[in-house]
Amino acid sequence: MNDNEIKNPDLSETPEVETKPQTPAYTEWRKDAKTLYNNGLPEEEKDWFCDARPQKARKSVQVIEDFLNWARSQSLWILAFGTGCGAIELRPLVTSRYDISRLGMQPRPTPRQANLIMIGGYVSIKTLKRIVRSYEQMQGPKFVVAVCSCAINGGMYWDSYNTVKRIDEYIPVDVYVTGCMPRPEAVLAGFNKLKELIRAGKAEGQNLYAEKFDWYKENQKQVIKDWNMPDYNW
Amino acid sequence: MTLALKIIWAFISLGVVTVWGLTLNGIVHKIFARVQGRLGPPVWQPFLDIAKNNSIRTAITHGIMFYLGPVFRIAGGIGTYMFIPVLFGSAHFANFSMSGDVLLVMYFIFFGQLGMALGAGEGGHPYSAIAVSRGLSQMTAFEVPFALSVISLALQYHTLSITEIVAAQQGSFLNWTLFTNPLAVIAAMIAMLGMNMYNPFSLVIAPQEIPIGPPTEYQASFLGLLATNRGIFNGAKLVLFMNLYFGGATNLVELIIKTFWIYMFSVFIGAAYPRFRTENSIRFFLKYPTALGIIAVLLFSL
Amino acid sequence: MEQLFKELKHHFAVMELTIKHPDLAFLQVPREQLVSLLTHLRDIKGYTHLVMVTCIDYLEENTFLLTYLLHNYAAKTDLGVQVPLNRAEPVMESIHHLWEQGRVYQRELYEMFGIDFPGSPDVHEPMILEGWQGPPPMRRDFDTKAFSEATYSHRPRDHKEPEEYMKQQLYPED
Repeated sequence: MNDNEIKNPDLSETPEVETKPQTPAYTEWRKDAKTLYNNGLPEEEKDWFCDARPQKARKSVQVIEDFLNWARSQSLWILAFGTGCGAIELRPLVTSRYDISRLGMQPRPTPRQANLIMIGGYVSIKTLKRIVRSYEQMQGPKFVVAVCSCAINGGMYWDSYNTVKRIDEYIPVDVYVTGCMPRPEAVLAGFNKLKELIRAGKAEGQNLYAEKFDWYKENQKQVIKDWNMPDYNW
Repeated sequence: MTLALKIIWAFISLGVVTVWGLTLNGIVHKIFARVQGRLGPPVWQPFLDIAKNNSIRTAITHGIMFYLGPVFRIAGGIGTYMFIPVLFGSAHFANFSMSGDVLLVMYFIFFGQLGMALGAGEGGHPYSAIAVSRGLSQMTAFEVPFALSVISLALQYHTLSITEIVAAQQGSFLNWTLFTNPLAVIAAMIAMLGMNMYNPFSLVIAPQEIPIGPPTEYQASFLGLLATNRGIFNGAKLVLFMNLYFGGATNLVELIIKTFWIYMFSVFIGAAYPRFRTENSIRFFLKYPTALGIIAVLLFSL
Repeated sequence: MEQLFKELKHHFAVMELTIKHPDLAFLQVPREQLVSLLTHLRDIKGYTHLVMVTCIDYLEENTFLLTYLLHNYAAKTDLGVQVPLNRAEPVMESIHHLWEQGRVYQRELYEMFGIDFPGSPDVHEPMILEGWQGPPPMRRDFDTKAFSEATYSHRPRDHKEPEEYMKQQLYPED
């Protein structure tokens, strides 16, 4: 007799009252299928959201792609989302001394118009859910720069119950910048390295995410336990 | 000129004004940066931004009206430009100007913003109606002194055709409307501050206001279209103002110099002032500039 | 401070006054008299500002020691009122009707220690740990290192001691 079997109703027992509603089963989602299950959404909202998987984007002819990569590296737009304490390193970069607008970068407030997300420091589970949501809403060739040692191996919070220790199991990362915090010059060196990678054609985080989508989504769902959003927030 | 040749020359002049408008944008960003003590982006940065935006590999859309919003906007920009004669006395750069084209151009200035309003309503974003209503109300407010100044010009020169208005200003620079009808020019230049949307009237397109505004969900090629339109629209407005109030131009060098200095008027004010709220800017436009416009109309109707 | 203690001893069963600084003192009070003591301190004695509500976990003595820190603006002194709770049934009366900010502190204590405050609005809503399904993490018997190693994958260390490595890099001929 297992737990799922219904016991005979005994009228002398008082029924148990559920104090908390049950969270939907988050681990049940369709891998290797053409459409996503979107199990975290209530039924009436399921047709408001798309259930298509992300596709690998095609590149064009090599000559044009070189020119477009050069243009992308000259005009990176950063998402103005401070995820951790490393966000304080973005602010001096925008001021007069270290001016990133001479490199063409400007902070944009919406993920739709941004190309680069800067993961600043430690990532708690609550923030990871929002980072995943913002990252999936970004378009096109998108890049991730992870600063501070907390993004590399957990840093100061290496034995914490609430932070993730390796960001690149949840979203693909292009460049790491070490430090706690790195100085603005170090962050600028990281951006320059990213520009070199873009021009060489090696910064293809979007296609990596679409290829290994199942693996990333499995890792995310293992840690984010209250998944009340679509499986792919495009 | 045959119609086909006229169309080709119109597109060539459209290309010239696009390049000039985007370069002007870059120069203005450089000036703002130098005023703030920074180095600033290179002058050709708007071209790189447009190239990058058009090279985005994925794009999302929220329906037909979302797609048509930037199309309306750039249609407004191109339409504004197409009916303004650019160079006086040059048949190549006369575009499609005809009699009565001042009113048509004013209609096209308003048309682009309306299209954006329709597109933003479909943005999948619950609060975009707020920002759209802000933009439209500010636009309505600055159209009042501008329309009064144009009416005063029409009364002064007895014509609504831009070519004839430019013709009446040739001779010496004392024939410019700046010196024969100064009140109308002052009212129109203050209206131009609202049109260019620099400080103090920049609430509508300020970057921090974007998450609540029409351009929230616009990305990739849509944003490229909007950025191109900014170049065309700026250029068209400047050429219009130059023709109506500052004597027009007979060659391209004169055009570049005059439009640059007209634009610098709003840039100088924009670099120095903070922002107005929308209700403050509406009150600003409906007070003294409207009064100046009404006096200018009354002076020439008597 | 001793003067205040003597006055309070007339009405309440306060005990164990500890004076840390001339303007910081702690005293203990049994669980049933806390709300009336806090009301008395707030209305009559002038301790109108609730600084924080926190808790110390005495695992060996099987108690939670709730601390309510109050501040007096007129006399510029701080007073900590401490309440020992049995660790086996951590339930306490709510003080959100005295100070509105007590709601937030009580919500945090429920999430981190598991102390329930029935009647406080939204006390069961998760604050920082959304979707947390383990034991309350600030208790002393929760091994956070073991939990972290079991739940998250760690980046493998390459076991290089920095001093030896840098000596090798900078002075290779030694």
